[in-house]
Amino acid sequence: MRNILAIARRELHGYFSTPLAYVFIVIFLFLTGVFTFYIGGFYERNQADLDPFFRFHPWLYLFLIPAIAMRLWSEERKSGTIELLMTLPITVPEAVLGKFLAAWVFSGIALVLTFPMWITVNYLGAPDNTVIVAGYLGSFLMAGGFLAIGACISALTRSQVIAFVISVAVCFLFILSGFPLVLDFFQAWAPQALVDAIASISFLTHFESLQKGVIDLRDLIYYAVLISFWLYANVVVIEMKKAD
Amino acid sequence: MTDTNAPPAIEVRQLDKRFGAIHAVRNVSFSVRHGEVLGFLGPNGAGKSTTMKMIAGFLEPTAGTVLVNGHDVLEEPIKVKSSIGYLPEGAPTYGEMTVQRFLNFIAEIRGLDGSARQQRVDHVVRQIHLEGVLHQTIETLSKGFKRRVGVAQTLLHDPGVLIMDEPTDGLDPNQKFEVRSLIKEMAKEKAIVISTHILEEVDAVCSRAIIIAAGQLLFDGTPAELRARSADNDIDNAFRLLTTQGDRQQDEVAQA
Repeated sequence: MRNILAIARRELHGYFSTPLAYVFIVIFLFLTGVFTFYIGGFYERNQADLDPFFRFHPWLYLFLIPAIAMRLWSEERKSGTIELLMTLPITVPEAVLGKFLAAWVFSGIALVLTFPMWITVNYLGAPDNTVIVAGYLGSFLMAGGFLAIGACISALTRSQVIAFVISVAVCFLFILSGFPLVLDFFQAWAPQALVDAIASISFLTHFESLQKGVIDLRDLIYYAVLISFWLYANVVVIEMKKAD
Repeated sequence: MTDTNAPPAIEVRQLDKRFGAIHAVRNVSFSVRHGEVLGFLGPNGAGKSTTMKMIAGFLEPTAGTVLVNGHDVLEEPIKVKSSIGYLPEGAPTYGEMTVQRFLNFIAEIRGLDGSARQQRVDHVVRQIHLEGVLHQTIETLSKGFKRRVGVAQTLLHDPGVLIMDEPTDGLDPNQKFEVRSLIKEMAKEKAIVISTHILEEVDAVCSRAIIIAAGQLLFDGTPAELRARSADNDIDNAFRLLTTQGDRQQDEVAQA
């Protein structure tokens, strides 16, 4: 635990000692604003909720989260510090968890900084705040899912750009599998069980219910399994090819 | 100084490493006792760094093993890593961190806390003369300072075993002298392995020298014995003689 926290702290500090953290947070806040007010029609809907705010999070995360995750391991490989890190008395799972936690906390900080949105909707009307809390929880869990994928892919290459592009592609698949366009295609001929299975691996399916304020245990388990799976894959990747 | 009955600090047993078709290290065995400074010599690409990476637990050997203070690096990697101070090739460090933050991070991972950590970091900073750059980020430092931060990092937990891959590379003559003095000073209670291309360094600091070329161990003895291999008692000539002989033998094998 101690090693995990030491690595997480170092990594988190690493974000804030480069412009990346500030660029990310500013862009994230700016884009959530644009999406909520212009595309989501926050005012025009005349409803006191944050649905137009949360609805675009999967699409924002698709590009922004791989940008936080891409440096986690690629950078260690490129600068050779992976050799320093892996010859310290720590285990690979400790390193993987520490790095993931740092990135997740960072995305959490960005999310918390959207609080003016919550203040605004409470000022303008009387929203159901439990729905908003569930929305934030769902968004945070989804960020964790995207991050676990991005961290694992970043462990595969020393190039941050390659890590970014592949992570976006993989995350896109995870979103797409819940999209009506894809589901309709299968609906026409595939058995309902298969359609449900495809839909159930999508971020969207599990995010939407949380976004509506329904905290379903199955959704929480989905994210826990998803994150665990990709972190485990991350450990395997590092153990198999530390030195390449 | 050297107790011949004590178990060796490092014992390398029939170490073998292949990277696909490349046979980087071939059946290398040697041991290092506390109180010894072992100079690891060999041409570029001879397998020096690969061997050191295997001792430090970064690479897994294809065959053979390494024992550090009696612990197997494959079976008890954390125990082995705790007792080693390791300077990887090129002295990689986290460039965006300040020297102080970096040393504190390593000390924390090495299990040091509170005032003990503070003491050790201060001690090592004085030892390596890093006081002036403590609050600078490492990426802004000169090559010599970066190398010294790398060396400082290996000493924080006062390890019994030091493995340093080219600790004096990129240092100016004064800094080289300082690092060598430091190594000699620490030699009494530690087992130290350094790799180097500078043969005079072997004479200056090492109590034993090992030469490997093309992954094979060619020589294991004192610097004086190494010198004696050449007709004119010159260490450079002895090195050239030993390492080029290997090439000739390989050529003969290839032709046969």
